[in-house]
Amino acid sequence: MVLSKAVSESSSDLSVHSTFASRYVRASLPRYRMPENSIPKEAAYQIINDELMLDGNPRLNLASFVTTWMEPECDKLIMAAINKNYVDMDEYPVTTELQNRCVNMIAHLFNAPLGESETAVGVGTVGSSEAIMLAGLAFKRRWQNKRKAEGKPFDKPNIVTGANVQVCWEKFARYFEVELREVKLRDGYYVMDPEQAVEMVDENTICVAAILGSTLNGEFEDVKLLNDLLDAKNAQTGWETPIHVDAASGGFIAPFLYPELEWDFRLPWVKSINVSGHKYGLVYAGIGWCIWRNKEDLPDELIFHINYLGADQPTFTLNFSKGSSQVIAQYYQLIRHGFEGYRNIMENCHENAMVLKEGLERTGRFDIVSKDHGVPLVAFSLKDRSRHDEFEISDMLRRFGWIVPAYTMPPDAEHVTVLRVVIREEFSRTLAERLVLDIEKVMCQLDALTSKLPPPPLLPTTAMLARKKSELETQRSVTEAWKKFVLAKKTNGVC
Amino acid sequence: MVVSVAATGPGTDAEPVRSTFFASRYVRDELPRYRMPERSIPREAAYQIINDELMLDGNPRLNLASFVTTWMEPECDKLIMDSINKNYVDMDEYPVTTELQNRCVNMIAHLFNAPIQEDETAIGVGTVGSSEAIMLAGLAFKRKWQNKRKEQGKPCDKPNIVTGANVQVCWEKFARYFEVELKEVKLSEGYYVMDPEKAIEMVDENTICVAAILGSTLTGEFEDVKKLNDLLVEKNKETGWDVPIHVDAASGGFIAPFLYPELEWDFRLPLVKSINVSGHKYGLVYAGVGWVIWRSKEDLPEELIFHINYLGTDQPTFTLNFSKGSSQIIAQYYQLIRLGFEGYKSIMENCMENTSILREGLAATDRFEIVSKNSGVPLVAFSLKDSSAFTVFDISENLRRFGWIVPAYTMPPNAEHVAVLRVVVREDFSRSLAERLVSDIVKVLHELDARAAHAVKVASVAVAQSDDGVVAGKSVMEIQREIATRWRKAVDKKKTGPC
Repeated sequence: MVLSKAVSESSSDLSVHSTFASRYVRASLPRYRMPENSIPKEAAYQIINDELMLDGNPRLNLASFVTTWMEPECDKLIMAAINKNYVDMDEYPVTTELQNRCVNMIAHLFNAPLGESETAVGVGTVGSSEAIMLAGLAFKRRWQNKRKAEGKPFDKPNIVTGANVQVCWEKFARYFEVELREVKLRDGYYVMDPEQAVEMVDENTICVAAILGSTLNGEFEDVKLLNDLLDAKNAQTGWETPIHVDAASGGFIAPFLYPELEWDFRLPWVKSINVSGHKYGLVYAGIGWCIWRNKEDLPDELIFHINYLGADQPTFTLNFSKGSSQVIAQYYQLIRHGFEGYRNIMENCHENAMVLKEGLERTGRFDIVSKDHGVPLVAFSLKDRSRHDEFEISDMLRRFGWIVPAYTMPPDAEHVTVLRVVIREEFSRTLAERLVLDIEKVMCQLDALTSKLPPPPLLPTTAMLARKKSELETQRSVTEAWKKFVLAKKTNGVC
Repeated sequence: MVVSVAATGPGTDAEPVRSTFFASRYVRDELPRYRMPERSIPREAAYQIINDELMLDGNPRLNLASFVTTWMEPECDKLIMDSINKNYVDMDEYPVTTELQNRCVNMIAHLFNAPIQEDETAIGVGTVGSSEAIMLAGLAFKRKWQNKRKEQGKPCDKPNIVTGANVQVCWEKFARYFEVELKEVKLSEGYYVMDPEKAIEMVDENTICVAAILGSTLTGEFEDVKKLNDLLVEKNKETGWDVPIHVDAASGGFIAPFLYPELEWDFRLPLVKSINVSGHKYGLVYAGVGWVIWRSKEDLPEELIFHINYLGTDQPTFTLNFSKGSSQIIAQYYQLIRLGFEGYKSIMENCMENTSILREGLAATDRFEIVSKNSGVPLVAFSLKDSSAFTVFDISENLRRFGWIVPAYTMPPNAEHVAVLRVVVREDFSRSLAERLVSDIVKVLHELDARAAHAVKVASVAVAQSDDGVVAGKSVMEIQREIATRWRKAVDKKKTGPC
């Protein structure tokens, strides 16, 4: 290797000196251009490691559904597979087989109607975004083929969803040229209303997308009601509009906590489902799954056939080369925990969510916006927003180390702001109790502070108008600007 | 955590993990393959079971089929493991990681001579690989072209893209998924890249861009982007169509700037509007990171960008994937500052030297034609001078027994009769490994020669025996030939190899 060459040619300031005194940490590293010279690996490690200390702590990031802890045995498997390029199916047949097993296990979990010897139709992806794009592509192509066969125009496809959809649906719509028809929310009803959704369906609708586990408040949409209403409409119109269930969060919760809830392939119009392996699938960021009901729901022309080991391996993904670690980690979790393990973990999460919710209710300062039933999270808003708002609470909690995001609801409920805490596997009961304590501290501190919000407006007199802007008015305009700025936030950030 | 509950709960076997794993019940029982098991198992057993099965995967470092990096320094492995639980997309929560991506984008943009001012930031993004990068670049071209056509009041329903038949499969995916027609310039024997003149002929008013490859997958050759640029400038002047170029520098993007700095292939050419490069190939990072850089803001239509508000500033994003790991981005930054320009240059020079050693060793056997060129991506593609007794596919199979994974491919149309073996030389393919590979190939040749000679003997005996029969049976040679032809046909349908 050439590394030794690089080091000995540069000055005698070798890594034998203490790293922190070395020239590389004193000299400023170029930010926007590649440096000319190499530096020792220890220095490179130290520099990057030190900067990264200023990132948030992933485990205290209560904004995210995405897994932030796995068992050390799994970490070991992950590191051992870090240099395996997943797409090299010829070279890594076992890893490919593990993906196929995961697809089948998840398909059965979702009650896909498969015969004993039939293999499931599905694929591992980098996340639910890719999964949703693939599912959407399949619907679009199926619909186009059907319209062509009928001799009808197929240039204006649309998709019906709730306004609470995660941003990847907007991406899908924009990138694949499909119109997004959003069912607006309303105060107190923060998911897609199945009746309004079915009204919006027309002959150009490629599918209706329901969410199992809304990002904002964790609620499960009523997929069964949607199915029944759509069934009636399809019988009338003959349009055969299908359903896709975005079970990014809910897919690994409902089968364990609510097994009688019919939301999956038990409903005949559900043709594909996506789930994030990296949410309640309990794997680190970087893995999702998309399952189709059966072969007919995935047009063959979208599938690329790769010949490996003499057998046909059909693939349908947007990404090609990617790491194998997360697929192996998903398989680890599925066999390590099994059905009982996942159920225990979800029950535990649910209990901790209740502990947090009750703690918050006891303070008497908050309204709980999330339901008890659904994804284990607690979304809450202030009962009294006249002096302080949720964004301030979020800011102050950061000082304790907690990252708790505050969001405004999508249209038509933009006046509602919530704080949201997601309960993941490793958010224990002690942490829940500590969080409640810290929120109480924050409330005390805020109470003691003067209000940053403007008092009721006074009628201006000529004298007042002539004066320069008072301090209060300056504060007011700053707050207004900040509020507008934050309301313009295009996305709720995490998925 | 509930783990302890699962292990000690009533009904579960008290088989403690103190016993040796290999005698434990979990390894004796068959694990369900296609349904989730009902029960949990101890973590050590889960680890062992999976670890054992994975032993039967190929060894990534002996996988000579792939350009993708299979070794990084332990310090970098440490950084990777530390950030394995960071979801890259949480920009609010991990601002430093986001900043590292921005720095990488800028460094790579400068490497490609993007025309940006001192205080201007580059336009680009980190992706999961070149596939995503190419789809984003293609989307940008498609949208720009559509907007232009709408303004001109012309139809915009039949976009096409012109490339060589040697393109990697992700271009075919892009074309199929985003409904763009793929116009491929056919290859010819001896000329395995896109011919710029033929490409220009195929350009029409519906062409959204012409894609050139810097580092063809099959032979490692660099296409003549400068010539393409010059011819396209001419055609654009004539027609007024303004057709741009995209350079797929998946492999070449981290080679050309270090080994061939005077080669003009990047933003120095005015019609090049976007470039993609795989961080996980010669960017020297593990699988899972790619980069796409646009020339300037105008080349990326604003309507495709989603604006996320973080830390009070606007972070524009344009990716297909959302949540993903942060490790590879951090690893890319590590490599860029750890190696710097001189380090990358040294490594690429080393790769080229090892490639020469391999090439000379193979040429010295006098059994092979070297199909790859001396300049370009460090790889050696070679075919058999005489394929009558056995083919390159036989060699590939036999090399597996020694542990080497060396793939054999047939060329795309119109050179399908040419079959090659291809060895990619990565950073960790040392000189000693190159010499060992040559000696193992020689051993394989001897084995195959001996088998073929034996087969001829058997065939001549068989033929002699059937002289008095009514119908002469097929000789073993003919049977072998038939099998080889059938196999070749089957592989012809192979849509892709590794990228």
